[in-house]
Amino acid sequence: MIEFKLPELTEGVNEAVVSFWHFKEGDAVQEGDELVEMATDKAAFNVPLKASGVLKRIVAKEGDTVKVGDVLAIIE
Amino acid sequence: MRVTDLGITDFSDAYSLQKEIAERVYRGESENTIIITEHRPVITIGRKGSRKNIFRSHEFLSSRGISVFDIDRGGDVTYHGPGQIVAYPIVRLENGARDIHRFLRFLEEVGENLMAMYGLASQKIPGLTGIWIGDKKIGSIGIGVKKWVTYHGMALNINIDLEPFSFIRPCGIEGLRITSLKDVLGREVDIEDAKSKLKLSFNEVSQLAEAGSKI
Repeated sequence: MIEFKLPELTEGVNEAVVSFWHFKEGDAVQEGDELVEMATDKAAFNVPLKASGVLKRIVAKEGDTVKVGDVLAIIE
Repeated sequence: MRVTDLGITDFSDAYSLQKEIAERVYRGESENTIIITEHRPVITIGRKGSRKNIFRSHEFLSSRGISVFDIDRGGDVTYHGPGQIVAYPIVRLENGARDIHRFLRFLEEVGENLMAMYGLASQKIPGLTGIWIGDKKIGSIGIGVKKWVTYHGMALNINIDLEPFSFIRPCGIEGLRITSLKDVLGREVDIEDAKSKLKLSFNEVSQLAEAGSKI
């Protein structure tokens, strides 16, 4: 099981909002797939996955505010 | 760096072109490209935005020739129209420089450097990305990043009619005041000259600042 987390954005930027998921629970996902789009006040960006597996559970729902290091989803 | 000046465009056409170029830049088939354009009147709403920040009805806005789009950049609501230069830098952020906010600072510096070319001192306001003259906003910044290629970008008010900004709560900030170069300088500003200066500014700042990527 892998915890897919919000990576460090940059110094001084600690959180972002989940815009939408490009995948749904149960989908097979590959290393490099951009799973989710996040937004800050000035940027919208995708977070890529660094492993392959199945998107088991989406932890951070669309509209949630997430801090750096928080778990976005569980990959198995 | 390649610069493409599209002249006056519909927002949606320039957006489609950005996506095409971004895909080519990602695949390594195109060098980094800056699109420069002026848009026909349009209100855009970023991912953190809300329609509550538009004060007028769609009927009113369309009677004024203003269309509305929800788009995939950061930030809230803004207005674009003729007399405003929009620059879309489509840049691959390379390994080691994948810092989105550093790229935003780079865009701020490009805008500040442009203001300096007109003899104007602009300032940073902590926590509020953009280009400011005093407490008035003259340039807005909002980007998107996919596969580490940037799109969307910055908008600089040159001779733009400022009235439509009163139809919205720009950037979602209560009481935010918007200005233009024309307003600040108290004279008309040639927009083609401003575009040339902006290109120069991109060159200067990317050479000086090592802004996260070779542009």
